[in-house]
Amino acid sequence: MAEVLVLVELNPTGEGLRKTTLEALTAARALGEPSAVVVGAPGTAAAVRPQLAEYGAARVYVAESEEVEQFLVAPKAEVLAQLVAGKQPAAVVIPSSPEGKEIAGRLAIKTGSGFLTDVTEIAPDGTATQVAFAGATIVHSKVTTGTPIYTVRGNSVTPEPAPGAAEEEQVAVQLSDAARATRVLDRVVEQKSSRPELTEASIVVSGGRGVASAENFSLIEGLADSLGAAVGASRAAVDSGFYPHTFQVGQTGKTVSPQLYIAVGISGAIQHRAGMQTSKTIVAVNKDPEAPIFELADFGVVGDLNTVVPQATESIAARR
Amino acid sequence: MDIVVLVKQVPDSGSERTLDPADKTVARASADNVVNEIDEYAIEEALVLKEAHGGEVTVLTVGPESAADAIRKALSMGADKAVHVVDDAMHGSCAPQTSAVLAAALQQMPFDIVLCGAESTDGQLSVMPALLAERLGIPQLSGARKLTIEGGVAKVERQTDGGYWALEAPLPAIVSTWDTINEPRYPSFKGIMAAKKKPVTKKSLADLGIDPSSVGLATATSQVVDFAGRPPKGAGVKVTDEGDGAAKLVDYLAGQKIV
Ligand SMILES: Cc1cc2nc3c(=O)[nH]c(=O)nc-3n(C[C@H](O)[C@H](O)[C@H](O)COP(=O)(O)OP(=O)(O)OC[C@H]3O[C@@H](n4cnc5c(N)ncnc54)[C@H](O)[C@@H]3O)c2cc1C
Ligand SMILES: Nc1ncnc2c1ncn2[C@@H]1O[C@H](COP(=O)(O)O)[C@@H](O)[C@H]1O
Repeated sequence: MAEVLVLVELNPTGEGLRKTTLEALTAARALGEPSAVVVGAPGTAAAVRPQLAEYGAARVYVAESEEVEQFLVAPKAEVLAQLVAGKQPAAVVIPSSPEGKEIAGRLAIKTGSGFLTDVTEIAPDGTATQVAFAGATIVHSKVTTGTPIYTVRGNSVTPEPAPGAAEEEQVAVQLSDAARATRVLDRVVEQKSSRPELTEASIVVSGGRGVASAENFSLIEGLADSLGAAVGASRAAVDSGFYPHTFQVGQTGKTVSPQLYIAVGISGAIQHRAGMQTSKTIVAVNKDPEAPIFELADFGVVGDLNTVVPQATESIAARR
Repeated sequence: MDIVVLVKQVPDSGSERTLDPADKTVARASADNVVNEIDEYAIEEALVLKEAHGGEVTVLTVGPESAADAIRKALSMGADKAVHVVDDAMHGSCAPQTSAVLAAALQQMPFDIVLCGAESTDGQLSVMPALLAERLGIPQLSGARKLTIEGGVAKVERQTDGGYWALEAPLPAIVSTWDTINEPRYPSFKGIMAAKKKPVTKKSLADLGIDPSSVGLATATSQVVDFAGRPPKGAGVKVTDEGDGAAKLVDYLAGQKIV
């Protein structure tokens, strides 16, 4: 069976694999047998190997060195390029984080290949599905040159376990000077949250300008916590200082695609929709019956969020 | 300091956007075209650098004739001059092909730093700085929310989920900016008038030494097979809160097996 390289993305904060890696392994199986590629500090692969086996990795390429995490993006692209040359895989699949997309781009140049970003599905013939223009258009695309490279959008594929041998093979890491160009001096986490990560959460509750103040965002957090959800915000809420920028959903914020998205006090501007339109179910609370968000809501409540949200939170808590 | 800022013209994200049914490329002729919104932040950052370090800001655009409007906007904000690569052979180019053209154009210009937007609103790729860094062999400092330059070294705070990464690299380098980095200025009346007299150099693929058959739809590294409007969602339920709005909402969630 054809070999497909899957780049492993680790949890930025804690231990283990990001869910996006499991999604990428699952998507890759449409094209062949996945081989996981671990690029990281010594010891990284051993810690995640059991989980890679559980999600169908036939092989695990272990490219470990103290250096790889000290430089931005380029070392991972270089390791992958070396593997593409040596193993001649049918394709390369990468989780679609900002870093993942940049790795895909650099790998494409190095290998003379085409790449497709933010794909939501890969068919056995290599055709990928993408969502364009803020969710308005569905596109099917194909790579026509070289070894196809795909980045898989988070939350678009359901991770499915499959047995894999996860046979380890060491890969020697020899970085070129070009890969040592941009040094990562520090990785700073400013918002530690006990809530799920926004782009991975299966439920997201977002607040907009209608929430009216930073203090009042506790209503949004309360509803989110009753549902085990992540909290998001519109740009207007962020610009007004109600909530930190890292939680912004939309064109210049995060793209989310949860099972349930609840928009509270958000009008539904195109730039906001760009980040949430592919959510499976959309619920809106807005006092303006004409708010455009109702055009995409599966369920909408026309009403004051200050009364509707606390009541809903209470009644959800009571059901648990 | 020689500063180059990459500016792309895109269909306005607030208007109707589509692909051209004939060749499945972004329909640019029928769209309201604007400067890619995030590129305005890159232009602003270029102007701030010039104010601090002196030098010149050159706009570089690869795009059809109509992209001249995007160049004017950048010049009216305060950029000094522009290079516009226009060639019909480029129609339908993929990102790797466009990056080859941008890289060739950059190799003909002096630069200490190249600034660009973190993402274009039409393709939403966020890859151009990585592609150009790879092609030119220069450092990439992408996704900046903060940039400082001191003694020939660029320092960037790369915006991430929940924080930032502190990056550092020697110049020349390429830096892409998010909309958290600054507040772009509006062109002044004086700026708009002055822009009309600023030099715009047009270049063709031949001027860049690029074989026209290596770019464009026919040899693109990826191609759109087909596309369709996303099926409209069935009309949702909308209730007006009369004291029972929250209860109805929770009933709905219960019906969806969410609570
Ligand atoms: C380059 C660029 C990038 C952008 N990127 C993003 C992005 O990434 N994400 C994003 O969200 N936006 C983005 N925007 C901004 C976008 O255009 C909108 O301005 C923004 O989404 C509006 O946020 P909002 O819906 O919270 O505010 P508003 O449009 O002001 O809507 C507030 C809503 O709250 C309702 N409301 C008020 N009070 C109550 C109440 N008591 N109870 C119930 N409802 C109430 C109102 O009826 C109204 O519908 C971008 C814009 C640009 C130009
Ligand atoms: N054709 C182009 N001409 C000039 N700049 C471009 C072009 N394409 C992309 N860019 C720049 O690269 C950035 C990222 O684009 P993208 O990788 O397409 O999302 C944009 O914000 C622009 O600054």
